[in-house]
Amino acid sequence: MRIRSSRERASLILIAVWVTATLAWAHAARGEGGEPRYFAITNARIVPVSGPVINNGTVVIAKGLIQAVGANVAIPPEAWVIDGKGLTVYPGLIDAGTDLGLPKPEESSTGGHARKSVVPSEIVSGPEDRPGATPWRLAADELKIDDKRIATWRNAGFTSALSLPDGGVFPGQGSLINLAGERPGNFAVKPAAALSVSFKPIGGFFSFPGSPMGTIAYVRQVFIDANWFAQAEPVYDANFTKFERLPYDRTELVIDKSLRSNEIVLLPANSSVQILRALRLADEWKISVVLLGAQQAYAVTDILALKKTPVLISLKWPERTKDADPEAEETLRDLRLRDLAPSTPGALAKAGVKFAFYSDGLAAPKDIFKNLRRALGAGLAADAALRAFTLDAAEILGLSDRLGSLEPGKIANVIVTDGDIFNEKTKVKHAFVDGRWFEVHEEAPPDKPDEKKPERRGEFPEADAAVAR
Amino acid sequence: MRRVLLIAIFFTALLAQVPAQAQATNVVFIQNATILTVTHGTIEHGSILIRDGKIAAVGTDVKAPEGATVIDAAGQFVIPGIIDCHSHIAVDGSVNEGGPAVSSMVNIADVLNPADINIYRDLAGGVTIANILHGSANPIGGQTVVIKLRWGKQANQLPFEGALPGIKFALGENPKHSNFGPPAGTPARYPATRLGVEEVIRQAFTEAREYKKLWDDYNQRKAAGEQSLLTPRRDLKLEPLVEVLEGKRYVHAHCYRADEILMLLRVAKEFGFNVRTFQHVLEGYKVADEIAASGAGGSTFSDWWAYKMEAYDAIPYNAALMQERGVLVSINSDSAEEARHLNQEAAKSVKYGDLSANDALKLITLNPAIQLGIDNRVGSIEVGKDADLVIYNHDPLSVYAVVQKTLIDGQVYFDRQHDLAARPSLEKEKQALLEKEKKAAEEEKKQEEKSNKKPEKKQDQKKNPPKTGEPSEGVSGGAR
Repeated sequence: MRIRSSRERASLILIAVWVTATLAWAHAARGEGGEPRYFAITNARIVPVSGPVINNGTVVIAKGLIQAVGANVAIPPEAWVIDGKGLTVYPGLIDAGTDLGLPKPEESSTGGHARKSVVPSEIVSGPEDRPGATPWRLAADELKIDDKRIATWRNAGFTSALSLPDGGVFPGQGSLINLAGERPGNFAVKPAAALSVSFKPIGGFFSFPGSPMGTIAYVRQVFIDANWFAQAEPVYDANFTKFERLPYDRTELVIDKSLRSNEIVLLPANSSVQILRALRLADEWKISVVLLGAQQAYAVTDILALKKTPVLISLKWPERTKDADPEAEETLRDLRLRDLAPSTPGALAKAGVKFAFYSDGLAAPKDIFKNLRRALGAGLAADAALRAFTLDAAEILGLSDRLGSLEPGKIANVIVTDGDIFNEKTKVKHAFVDGRWFEVHEEAPPDKPDEKKPERRGEFPEADAAVAR
Repeated sequence: MRRVLLIAIFFTALLAQVPAQAQATNVVFIQNATILTVTHGTIEHGSILIRDGKIAAVGTDVKAPEGATVIDAAGQFVIPGIIDCHSHIAVDGSVNEGGPAVSSMVNIADVLNPADINIYRDLAGGVTIANILHGSANPIGGQTVVIKLRWGKQANQLPFEGALPGIKFALGENPKHSNFGPPAGTPARYPATRLGVEEVIRQAFTEAREYKKLWDDYNQRKAAGEQSLLTPRRDLKLEPLVEVLEGKRYVHAHCYRADEILMLLRVAKEFGFNVRTFQHVLEGYKVADEIAASGAGGSTFSDWWAYKMEAYDAIPYNAALMQERGVLVSINSDSAEEARHLNQEAAKSVKYGDLSANDALKLITLNPAIQLGIDNRVGSIEVGKDADLVIYNHDPLSVYAVVQKTLIDGQVYFDRQHDLAARPSLEKEKQALLEKEKKAAEEEKKQEEKSNKKPEKKQDQKKNPPKTGEPSEGVSGGAR
C-alpha cells in the first residue's frame, strides 16, 4: 500500500496507535480483572487504630494491600482518587462470630448433623463412638458465596468475619473470611482459625451425650485421646510387631494437629458460672481458650484479666423472651442480667481483658450497632469499641499482622464513612475488601419495597454482584 | 452514674445474702441457747464460741471474748448443720447422663451451679451439707460430690474439702427403663431386666479389673526400666470404678427391693468393693441384718412411697427398724423442697418407731456425716469441729420450728430477719428494672417510627455520583 499524503500517513499512525493501545488495555484488563487496583483516598480523616488519628491525610491502596497512610503521601499516578473531604477512613470491621456464608446444618454436605456419630445413633454408648464430632469441617470449605448477608454486612462496614460451623460437640473449625470474592477460595484469610467446642448436650435423654456433664466428660476424653494417640503412634510405628494395631480416628488426629498449631479453642461461656467453669477446664486441659458469649463477664473481670483470657462478646444482649406470658413472674436475677450485660465490654476494657464482638445470629448489621450503642452507654469508650471491632479482634484470631488497622503492608480492608462509625446517622460510603472497591448505595426506604433492589447494570448473577466491576 | 449506682445496688444485694456481721470478725459467739450437741447431750443456756470457722468452746461457762460477734439465741435451739445425703440441687442441666448404661465418665463436680437458688432455700431449711448425686437412669451412674452450701461462693469453693468422692449406682425399675423409655421406633436400651442390671455392673467391674491390671502391669514394667512401652490409654469410664475397687470412692446405690439389695451385696463381695450407702432402700427393713453385716449405711425417706411398683412395700418404720438392727441410717430429701424440712422428716421417726429425740436428730446430722466419711469435721457440736450450725426458734423436731440462722464455717449464710428485711428493697429494685426496660422499649419504638419516616426525606437529597466516575455495582443495605 502506498501512502499518498502526510495526512493519510498521520491517520494510519493514529489507527496503529489506537489498535496497539486498545490491545494493551485489553491485555491489562484481563490480567487484573478489569478493575482498578490502585486507589488513593485523599483529604480524609484517617483513623488507623494502630496509631493516632490523622486529621487530613491520604490512604493509598495498591494491589490488595495498604501501601501508604499519612498526611503527606505520594499518590501513585495510576491510582483512582477518591476525594475524602468530610469523610473518615477506618480499617474494615471484623464480626468475630457468625454463620455468614454457611449453609444451614441440614444443607451441609460434609456433616454437621448434631447427632451423627461413627456408629448408628441408637447405639452410641459413650465418647468412644464420637457422636457429633466433625472437627475437620472448615467453614471455608462450605461457603455459599451467594449468601446475601455478605453484601449487607460489607455495606455496613464489616470486611471480615469469623464464620463458625454449627452442630454437634466438635462442630468444626471457624474460618476467618474476607467479605468479598468471586469464588469461595478468595474469601478465606485463615481457613483454620478457631477450633469450636460446644457443651450443648446433643443426645436427648437416651443418647450420649445427653447432659452438660456428659459433653464435658466427652470433650475431656477426646483431648486425652488426641494427646495419647500423638504419644503412642511413634512408639507403635517403631514396634509394630509388639503391639496390637492402633485404630484410626480422624477426630483425634485433627484435634491433635489443631492444638499443636496453637489454633485457638473456642469455649462457649455466657454466665459467670459458665465462664469460671470454662477457665477451670482450660487449665485442666492445658489449652489456651477464647471464650464465646461472655455476657455476664462483668461479674468476673478480675479472673479473666488474671488468666489473660480473651473473650468474644455476643452482641445479642439477653432480652425478655418475645411472646412471653405477660403474667409470668420475672426473676430479679434475669432482670439484673438483662440490665447489666451491656456493661460487660466497658468493664472488660477497664480490667484490661482483650475482647472482640460478634453478631451471634443478629439478623442485620443495624442491630449490631444498635446493641453496641447500649454498651457505649454503659461505660465503653468509643475507641475501645473500635479496637474491639478491628485490631483486637484480629489479634485474638492471630491475624493482627495482616488485619485490623490502617498500616502499610496490611490487607486493604478499608472503609470510608461520612462520620463517626458508631453514630446512628453515619453511612458507609466506600468499602474496600482485599483492595477491591465497593461503592455503598443507600438502602431504599422500607415502605417502597419495589425500589428496594437498585437497578443492576451488570450481567452477572446476584453472587457476583458482590464484586465491584 | 445511674449505672454505677445500679451496680452498687447489685453488689449490696449480693452481700445482703451473706450478712456483714459474720464477715467482720472471725470470732463469733452464740449465747443463751439450748444446744443440742447430738454427741454430748443437751446444754441449756449454753454458749458456743467460734474461732476461724471452728467450734472453739461449748458450755454454760464460756465467755464472749472482746470483739466477738455476738448472736443472742435466748429461747432458741442450736443443732449441728443438717446433712442431706441425697440431693440433686446446684447442678447445671440434667442430673442424668441417660444414654450409656454405665455413665461413670461424667462428674457432677463439673457442672456445679453455685447460683442455683435451691442452695439458698435449702439453707433456709437448715441444710449445710448435701451429697450431690447423679440420677438413677443407669446401673452405674456418674461421679458424685459432697458440697457445703456456701451460697455466694464459686463452684470450686463448694466441695467439702477432703471428702471422698462418690459414684451413683442404681438398681431396679429406673435403670431398666420400666416406667419410661426412648421414643417409639428406637430400640430399648440394655438392660431391660433386673438380671440385666446385675450383668451390667458385673461386666463393668470385670472391665475395671482388667483396666487396673493393664496399668499395674505397665507401671511395673516401666519401673523395671523397660523401654518402648505403649502407655495405656486413660479411660474416664473405668478410672472411677478402679477407685471403687481401691476403696478411694464411695458407692451410693439407689435401690428399693430387698432382692436387689442382696444382689448388689453379693456382686460387691465378689469384686471386693464396699457399698457405702443404700439410697431410698425402702425395703431395707427386710434385709437390715444383711445390710448391717456388710457395713453399708441406709439413707431413706421418712414416709414417702408407692410412687411406683417397686416402692409399694414400704413402711414409715423403715428408718427405726434398720437402726434397731444395727444399720447406720440417715433420712434424706432427694428433693429441693423436702430438703427444707428435713428436721420434720427426722421427727417422724419418733412417731414411727419410737426413736429418741437425739437418735432422730442423728438421722439428719451425725449419721449422714459418718456415711459420707466426714464425721471427723461435722455432724455434731463438739470442740474442734466445723462451726456448721442451725438456730431454730423452737425445738427442731417440732412442727413449729423455723430456722432463724444457718452458719457454715462460722459464717452466717442464712438469716431469717435479714432475709425478711431485704425483701422490700429487692422488690423495689425489681420494679425499677422492669420500669426501666419498659421505658427503653417505648423509646425504641418511638425511634423506629421516626426512622421509618425519615428515608423519604433522604430520597430527595440523592448522593452525588462517585467522583471517580467508575461504574460500580450498587448493592442495597448501605444504611444501618
